[in-house]
Amino acid sequence: MNTASHSFGKSLFELLSSMRFAISLLSILAVASIVGTVLKQAEPYNNYIIQFGPFWFQVFEKLGLYDVYHAAWFLLILTFLVASTSVCITRNAPNFAREMKSFREHVSEQSLNAFKHKHEAAITQSPETLAASAQRYLEGQGYKVKSLPREEGGVLLAAKAGSWNRLGYFLAHSAIVLICIGGLMDGNLVFKVQQLLGYKKIETRDIPQSQVPAISRLTPSNPSFRGSVQIPEGSSADVAFLNVADGYLVQELPFTVALKQFRIEHYSTGQPKSFESDIELFDHAGNKVREATIAVNHPLIHDNIAIYQASFADGGTRLTLLGWNLFAPAASSFPIEGTVHQDTTLTSAAGDYTLEFTDFRPFNIENMGGEIESSSDTMSVLGGSPVSDKKHLRNVGPSFQYKLRDARGQAREFSNYMLPLELDGRWYLMSGVRESPNESFRYMRMPLDAEGNIDGFMRLRGALLNAELRPEIAARFARQALPQEAWGTEIEDKLKFSATQVLALFAEGGFQSLGGFIEGKVPEAEREKAAGTYLRILELAAFEALQIANRQAGLPAPAADDATGWLVRDTLNSVSDMFVYGAPIYMQLTQYDEVKASGLQLTRSPGKNVVYFGSLLLTLGVFFMLYVRERRVWLRIKPGHALLAMSSAKHTIDFEKEFTQHAQALDTLTQQASPPAQ
Amino acid sequence: MELALNQPAPLLKRLSWFDWLFAAIVAAGALFALSRFGDYMDIYEKAILLAAIPSLAVFGWFWKPFRPLFLVVGAISLFAISQYQGNLARMEEAFFLKYLISSQAAIMWMCALFGLATLAYWAGLLARSEFLMKTGSTLTWSAVALGFIGLMVRWYESYLIGIDVGHIPVSNLYEVFVLFCLITAMMYLYYEARYQTRQMGAFVLLVISAAVGFILWYTFDRGAHEIQPLVPALKSWWMKLHVPANFVGYGAFSIAAMLGAAYLLAARGILASRLPKLEVLDDVMYKTIAVGFAFFTIATILGAMWAAEAWGGYWSWDPKETWALIVWLNYAAWLHIRLVKGLRGPMLAWWAVVGLFVTTFAFIGVNMFLSGLHSYGTL
Repeated sequence: MNTASHSFGKSLFELLSSMRFAISLLSILAVASIVGTVLKQAEPYNNYIIQFGPFWFQVFEKLGLYDVYHAAWFLLILTFLVASTSVCITRNAPNFAREMKSFREHVSEQSLNAFKHKHEAAITQSPETLAASAQRYLEGQGYKVKSLPREEGGVLLAAKAGSWNRLGYFLAHSAIVLICIGGLMDGNLVFKVQQLLGYKKIETRDIPQSQVPAISRLTPSNPSFRGSVQIPEGSSADVAFLNVADGYLVQELPFTVALKQFRIEHYSTGQPKSFESDIELFDHAGNKVREATIAVNHPLIHDNIAIYQASFADGGTRLTLLGWNLFAPAASSFPIEGTVHQDTTLTSAAGDYTLEFTDFRPFNIENMGGEIESSSDTMSVLGGSPVSDKKHLRNVGPSFQYKLRDARGQAREFSNYMLPLELDGRWYLMSGVRESPNESFRYMRMPLDAEGNIDGFMRLRGALLNAELRPEIAARFARQALPQEAWGTEIEDKLKFSATQVLALFAEGGFQSLGGFIEGKVPEAEREKAAGTYLRILELAAFEALQIANRQAGLPAPAADDATGWLVRDTLNSVSDMFVYGAPIYMQLTQYDEVKASGLQLTRSPGKNVVYFGSLLLTLGVFFMLYVRERRVWLRIKPGHALLAMSSAKHTIDFEKEFTQHAQALDTLTQQASPPAQ
Repeated sequence: MELALNQPAPLLKRLSWFDWLFAAIVAAGALFALSRFGDYMDIYEKAILLAAIPSLAVFGWFWKPFRPLFLVVGAISLFAISQYQGNLARMEEAFFLKYLISSQAAIMWMCALFGLATLAYWAGLLARSEFLMKTGSTLTWSAVALGFIGLMVRWYESYLIGIDVGHIPVSNLYEVFVLFCLITAMMYLYYEARYQTRQMGAFVLLVISAAVGFILWYTFDRGAHEIQPLVPALKSWWMKLHVPANFVGYGAFSIAAMLGAAYLLAARGILASRLPKLEVLDDVMYKTIAVGFAFFTIATILGAMWAAEAWGGYWSWDPKETWALIVWLNYAAWLHIRLVKGLRGPMLAWWAVVGLFVTTFAFIGVNMFLSGLHSYGTL
């Protein structure tokens, strides 16, 4: 029994310390690591369910593929690596230490003769004389030499160089063990054990931090963590959040972090240049203990906790808005106040809507077209100048995003710019809409009137949708379109009828319903012509509608110029787009009071210095192992005869060269003493 | 009495007056830069600049041809800078800048010369012409010089664009590809002289030409040569250490892979009579992997230390980090087999070739196919 377990232990020891096992481990570790780079790690679990379906999602979850590098099986591989390396060190240590010290002076002449690298020479001088000069030579070559007189006569020189190669082995391999231990110290092993024993539990609900129960909270004494927290300007936080699997944990901090200000600086081209946070640290009694500015690459370390600038977001900017009813028969707006990350309820005839403000951006750098010039000079042969032409990049001002959710819970996402954009020489207010986050925004562009407002557009839009105005619009249109002698005739009636019909169709669904009507009523051959006619009627009627709208608003009649023409045309396009805009209101941003939030990362990693020390050893070890060559030289000198033998663990070309050099040196030394040949 | 023996003299006694002159010029240049631009540097950047003096001097003493290369690159770069007269527009006006030594012109010349060098080495190899291969060496040296001039001038140009835009040109995929070509070529030239054989050039220049092809595509198709300001994450002195160290690793592994390919061909009798002996190929392959491994180890450690300062943790299992680990493990296993098992031959040559694919994936593949924190190098 005893022998069996003894032999099992021995064979386990043999296996762990075997080279084959070590190389297999390196390969397995490499392959296992690939998994986590191919599959995106630590995504919200919903994404995985969508990607793999419910069955494979569960299989992969059981395998720990969503957090490979903290999975039990991955840690097991690492444990084996540490075990194998440790066993390898213990196994080789005594031997190597002996080897480093030893000159191997007990080697027999017989075995020297059996060396592959040996050289013999006849000598004339006394063995002691040659030994002395050879020793000087070898020491000059960087060898440590031991000279031993032999009982059977003569001298044995035993020399060694490059013993540090073996030291390199110790350094490099203990470094691996150290680095793994350091990594383990910074890992979440303690939490995993606590979780397994039921002491701790991941929180998955979206609840205020203060309501998270103690079982999902970690105390400030937690030796290692890496968490993050978002703090709005003027606010503070005394916890950080650790993302674990599909939930989170609340890490209580030994201090409170307050954010005074968050700043973004930009290059002249608009790219961000720096992210900085002015923070203050308070102890739990409320005393200020530290004040600092942190930036990317410049963390603050306090109480062994490093505080990093990790991200930024909107911290609850207050927005002053004007809501426009897009389908009201008159230009009507109402004021709304909103705060980013908060919801507002809108009540309308069509039902209740929830307005969810999601983001605000003070800058938007957009590519405003601008062709890259292709010139045929030298520069284009070189691929053009390395000085980039960023003239087409422009800051188009603030924008905000919101979701409009109807009573059934369906939501669309909107992104509205505060300032007008110039497109094709005319100015518009842009509002983007999309159904899902992976789509890009489709933009509705609302033209500005001569005063630079959207009121003109809104008035005309109202007039076009107002059924009550249609008879008047049609009448004015017909009078305008016909010469005076045709007034009051049947033609005028027909024209009025057509105009009313076109306006009614347009008010029902824009160009879409106009097109549908033509398709249904007009033979195919005449459709294009009919469409042209209807469009013309619509434009002229819309111009009349604008006249009426202005008059009703007590404004002067619009000038009959190009600008008005474009306003009318753009309005028609916009109104037509409104039918697919997906919301009955447009939100115009008039004022904002920006509040930024800074995303901080807080890390406590006690293993860091262990890892760094291990890294230092690793570097030294690798250099010693690769660049210090261990060699041994023996020179057995007997009266009249010398035998040089050399050995090394690695027989490289350099070794061969060095052996040749030593052999030649021996020849030189033996000949020097001989009297010059007569 | 022992005069006939070639005892190595102490290092300092072996140095010639030129060695000392070289060291003096390096020191003078660095100290001038420190006195003139020291106010714009932080303590770490100053330390790097000062540490560069002994590093460059010793490197020049160790590898003698580096001294003239350094002086030529320095002199021509300074001439180019003087031609600018502080005005970027001179790039398209001054004759020398326009056709030769503005950064982009110099880099394009580097590309052309590497292409020609490849042809010369191959023609020399096939025709067994020492002259053609010598031409290949000369072309490679010229390409290296122009490439470095290109990077130096680019560094200066970036400051002309804007004081806040200026940065060392190792910050994006275009710049590091140029660096890759230069480091690989220099390492090859070192081994060429060390082993007194030029035949390996044909193979090594192939991988450089591939990189040149990428640079050209990247320039003309993507306009990647434009100098962009640094994203905040890259604004750190660590970049000056981490990136070049990494590229010594990548360059060395590429050379090893090409020699592995040469080994496999020669072992099958293809080009065998034209290539160096198998032992030589094997030896250089081992040496390059050894130096690559050492530098890759350092680069990864430096990367971890930088990550600890920028991302809040020395190891985040980010795809780039993980692939760096995979590359490291791969060559660690290679070295174990070679050093401990003493194995040689086609198996290790194959492994070195496969290693290039692993390395290339870590280098560009990760940026193309995987996303992560290292997103500044995206294609």
